[in-house]
Amino acid sequence: MLKIENLHATVADKPILKGLSLSINAGEIHAIMGPNGAGKSTLSYVLGGRPGYEVTDGSVMFTPPRHAGLDPASTAAAPEWTPDQVRGDDDGEAIDLLALEPHERAAAGLFLGFQYPVEIPGVSNVQFLRESLNAQRKARGEEPLSGGEFLKLAREKAGLLKMDMDMLKRPVNVGFSGGEKKRNEMVQMGILDPRLAILDETDSGLDIDALRTVGDGINSIMRAPDKAVLLITHYQRLLDYVEPDFVHVLAGGRIVKSGGPELARELEAHGYAEIAA
Amino acid sequence: MMTTLPTRRDEAWRYSDIDAIAAAWPLPAPESIVVPAGGDFKRAIVQDAGAIHQVEMSIGKGATAALHVLNIGGAYGRIDLNITLHEGADFTLGAAQIGGGEQNLEIITTVTHAEPGATSRQVVRSVLGDTATGTYLGKVAVARDAQQTDSEQDVKAMLLDRSATANAKPELEIFADDVKCAHGCAIGELDPMALYYLQSRGMPPGEAKKLMLQAFVAGVFDGADDEVRLQELALAKLGELV
Ligand SMILES: Nc1ncnc2c1ncn2[C@@H]1O[C@H](COP(=O)(O)OP(=O)(O)OP(=O)(O)O)[C@@H](O)[C@H]1O
Ligand SMILES: [Mg+2]
Repeated sequence: MLKIENLHATVADKPILKGLSLSINAGEIHAIMGPNGAGKSTLSYVLGGRPGYEVTDGSVMFTPPRHAGLDPASTAAAPEWTPDQVRGDDDGEAIDLLALEPHERAAAGLFLGFQYPVEIPGVSNVQFLRESLNAQRKARGEEPLSGGEFLKLAREKAGLLKMDMDMLKRPVNVGFSGGEKKRNEMVQMGILDPRLAILDETDSGLDIDALRTVGDGINSIMRAPDKAVLLITHYQRLLDYVEPDFVHVLAGGRIVKSGGPELARELEAHGYAEIAA
Repeated sequence: MMTTLPTRRDEAWRYSDIDAIAAAWPLPAPESIVVPAGGDFKRAIVQDAGAIHQVEMSIGKGATAALHVLNIGGAYGRIDLNITLHEGADFTLGAAQIGGGEQNLEIITTVTHAEPGATSRQVVRSVLGDTATGTYLGKVAVARDAQQTDSEQDVKAMLLDRSATANAKPELEIFADDVKCAHGCAIGELDPMALYYLQSRGMPPGEAKKLMLQAFVAGVFDGADDEVRLQELALAKLGELV
């Protein structure tokens, strides 16, 4: 689904990513851990096309699976998967992700959960999400959702994340607590229904119960053969709920070690010193 | 009433398009509005063709008046308001000026609190792109006996391009000692992180800007009789700029 090769990127002319390679197949959940300042958020912004994050070398190919029809409104039960579909990559079209504008990446099925969700005074959550979803649908040649259809979808996803519907009517993230902002990111993910979600420290700032709710939410929204998740986290706790298939260590702008779920536990016990040295 | 053509040395005309004024000279006498004591007056002014609107308004004792202004059209558009408040009167101005290209738009106000206990509140929002210029010159004058005056000027401008210009000058001239006069003035740009956040959710850049600008001007037409029409006109003009 995602193939990153030898990615080099600079921020304000400062090299941050220095030859990062990573492949993610449909149906997989990958976790990235790594020391502060290693370049984890930079990776998420580069993939999301944030202005100011300049790619100087390397490539990123994105191949969103086709067979779910990329229909975010589809709340129908998952079809019966045949064994070869269990890894959901099909012969979808490979897109040069770096050539797309941020909104085009979203329409292609990419979602970025921000480490620091942005407050936008005066713009209501529901209005912005409905316009965003319909812009995505339009770009994919799908019919827009009506106000009623959208509210039904929003209510369902807010319920899943145990977020009060009133919060969805408030201006985007304004006055939300740290944890509420993170939960709001997940409600947005539920509504937009991406193929690939990059979640940057979605667990930080969440209380113990919220962590479980968000973990369950990620599983229910993104655990599917035709979807994939890249979780950026500092802690094992989230990984108890959202079990990764692979764990990577990002240090000094590259993936320096990869392994299974046990790697996260090792890191928790021993820190990065040995690996990142 | 001016009898000679103003120059840019005149404070109230320092950012004006003097050629445009000369072409329209002599200006017709200002429209005169008298709101009687205890009255309640509302008016919307939509300047969409490059005109100079001058209004002189006297608001009688205990009366209420609200002007809603949308200044968007023509190469040069000027709204010039001269308001006098009598005892306990209340004046509200809600104004948006939205310009692109080489437009020069201005809102000039003189609000005189002639007698005690009057309140005035001005909210002005400017959105300027390309090489447009938007100006707000607002003088609040409080007469010697006008105690318990309460006045507010809330002025903000948003520049969409570095080449656009916003001039904002709230000014106070106070001869009474028991008054409350607040003014705030800010000139800014759209928050790039907020724009990116909206785009990351799938919104094309133009739509994202439009949504944020809509929020920026929101509220200025609150309470207008034709609020919906004013909002629609403002939104359509914003759509041309992004
Ligand atoms: N605008 C900028 N100008 C200069 N350096 C920057 C800029 N933005 C980020 N950096 C630097 O890039 C490096 C990587 O930052 P990044 O946010 O990607 O780290 P991270 O791995 O996400 O860290 P954390 O775990 O603390 O979130 C840091 O050293 C940071 O200071
Ligand atoms: Mg980070």
